[in-house]
Amino acid sequence: MTETHADYQLSQLDQLEAESIHIIREVAAEFEKPALMFSGGKDSIVMLRLAEKAFYPAKIPFPLLQVDTGLDFPEVLETRDNWVNRLGVRLVVASVDEAIKSGVIVDDGKTSRNRMQTGTLLNAIEEEGFTAAFGGGRRDEEKARAKERVYSHRDEFGQWDPKMQRPELWSLYNGRIHAGEHMRIFPLSNWTELDIWHYLHREQIEIPAIYFAHEREVVERDGMLLSIGPEIQPKGNETVEKKMVRFRTVGDRTQTGCVESDAADTAAIIDETAIARVTERGATRGDDRFSEAAMEDRKKEGYF
Amino acid sequence: MAEQTHQDTMDLLRFATAGSVDDGKSTLIGRLLLDSKSIFEDQLEAVETTSRGKGYDYTDLALLTDGLRSEREQGITIDVAYRYFATPTRKFIIADTPGHVQYTRNMVTGASTADLGLVLVDARQGLTEQSRRHAVILSLLRVPHLVLAVNKMDLVDFSQETYEKIHKEFTQFATKLNIPDLEVIPISALQGDNVVTRSEKMSWYSGPTLMHHLEHVHVASDRDLVDVRFPVQYVIRPKSDQHHDYRGYGGMVAGGVLKKGDEVVVLPSGMTSKIAGIDLHDKELDAAFPPMSVTVRLEDDVDVSRGDMIARANNAPKPSQDIDAMICWMADEPLRPRQKLAIKHTTRVARALVKDIQYRLDVNSLHRDQETKELGRNEIGRVQLRTTVPLLCDPYSKNRTTGSFILIDEATGVTVGAGMINSGA
Repeated sequence: MTETHADYQLSQLDQLEAESIHIIREVAAEFEKPALMFSGGKDSIVMLRLAEKAFYPAKIPFPLLQVDTGLDFPEVLETRDNWVNRLGVRLVVASVDEAIKSGVIVDDGKTSRNRMQTGTLLNAIEEEGFTAAFGGGRRDEEKARAKERVYSHRDEFGQWDPKMQRPELWSLYNGRIHAGEHMRIFPLSNWTELDIWHYLHREQIEIPAIYFAHEREVVERDGMLLSIGPEIQPKGNETVEKKMVRFRTVGDRTQTGCVESDAADTAAIIDETAIARVTERGATRGDDRFSEAAMEDRKKEGYF
Repeated sequence: MAEQTHQDTMDLLRFATAGSVDDGKSTLIGRLLLDSKSIFEDQLEAVETTSRGKGYDYTDLALLTDGLRSEREQGITIDVAYRYFATPTRKFIIADTPGHVQYTRNMVTGASTADLGLVLVDARQGLTEQSRRHAVILSLLRVPHLVLAVNKMDLVDFSQETYEKIHKEFTQFATKLNIPDLEVIPISALQGDNVVTRSEKMSWYSGPTLMHHLEHVHVASDRDLVDVRFPVQYVIRPKSDQHHDYRGYGGMVAGGVLKKGDEVVVLPSGMTSKIAGIDLHDKELDAAFPPMSVTVRLEDDVDVSRGDMIARANNAPKPSQDIDAMICWMADEPLRPRQKLAIKHTTRVARALVKDIQYRLDVNSLHRDQETKELGRNEIGRVQLRTTVPLLCDPYSKNRTTGSFILIDEATGVTVGAGMINSGA
């Protein structure tokens, strides 16, 4: 029987999966000491799943690195621990609190925990001697990210120089670094928010409960819905309301807003995402709103 | 119910855009994104605010694609950027390559992974040196489909005669190149004619709109499903009680179809074996084909490591230490004979010595300059290399994966060259 090309079609989601697995294996093969930056959010869970697939039935040959802001949602930490236990991988936690205590970074009382992650992360990379760090960044998230390579070179200070990026040709990645430098690796570069949700739906894997609609006490501030808790209390004439909400991104509790939603499962979230008119960061991330180049500036400092 | 049926079947088209500075490329990309509802309100608002702040009386869609502070400050595009949009049938990845500053290098980067090249010309100007150069690079990089979008038709009164003239001139020029599939579409990116919706002002044009063509151009058959090529990337040995004897070879299929029971040869050792199974995570697969990332198990305990390649005994790539290739040079310092560089080809890394620079190709005239014995930044030429270990090569014209390589400066670690193999010499 003659087979045709039609018998060997790969859907775009399968192509993205294959490309990401290729990148993850390449890094594991060529770098001395990689780590996977894991926030417990949906993108890092997809990365962890892809890493699981890349080396199965062997264990993932590198540790996870989590930067604990001290203000993470408990549901996110719980999911993190479930994944770590199931896969039997080592977890390195770099804590912002610890970094402040030991004088690695300074808490000036004005800088958000999310921003203080940068110094904490760079210190952990240096201390552990990581030569590559996987990040869940996607180019569709933000215009500065649209410019970033899959292998993103960082100098001894952890800085990104957008003007000095290496050209990336075919699927031939160049991982050469000098001592003290490291590479940030973005296997999800070509995925969109919608792809992530389709993949989570298809793979039926555990993500933190805060991504699904649930009732929460919230207050509206600067056009964002913030969840009431120890750090967020109503100010002035703000009123606390009970609403059905979900989170589109996870991060520091003081900076991450939620959106009104009834979507209780991944299928419903896909429907909502497909017609969403505001980006996930625009809708829910306070720290991207400082300036037009907020993300770019943080990335140059060493943010992921 | 969610549209997951779509996502599970929809395919992917990667295309690279090219064109000179003022031909409306940003406007076209902005329009494709806008009309496919891939621009979000907050992004559009940010662009509108910035446009107003700069005193423009229109929304500058180029601001959507110029992602870096210095690009916005200078109003120029510095580097390749990748953009995404999807229609109900297809997802698109645009490699948006800047029209000027380091164009050859950027074009080569964008075109290396593209299924389709989109070259814009300004209908008022007709073909320029730049449009020809872009077509030459797309042809060299073996981008299988080419679209020439004749833009700004609104500024030439939607004249059929103008379109026909450019069409004819380009078709004649293209006969010198290797362009298997060419489509010439008259558009107005600014007004939206023939971009997504058919233009009433060009009723003389009976071809597809740009979006229709992008959605329907057939790319699946561009892959080689005959010649089995599986560069081994990573050896998977769990060494756990449960999977004690498991030994698998992880990699991405670069050509052909692999199936359980197939007789294969491992290169360069030449040992033969049979495929015992193909795994993707906990599923055993019937077949693996490009561009799948899988794990292949062999029946015999042969010695296989990263950098090796699995192929068919009677259809294997030629191991060679003498490489004849076209090189696009990307560094400031020119490439000269006797220079030593690191080379990465599939999963194999070696060192290469420049034996000879045979000629420099003038990408405008296609003239082969044999006098110059060096390649400057952004120049393309034919080069002979000698490598420290044999590479398992195919001609680039046969396989874009096993026929390509990059050159790395060993001192700086920077990627300085892109190579396309003519043959093992």
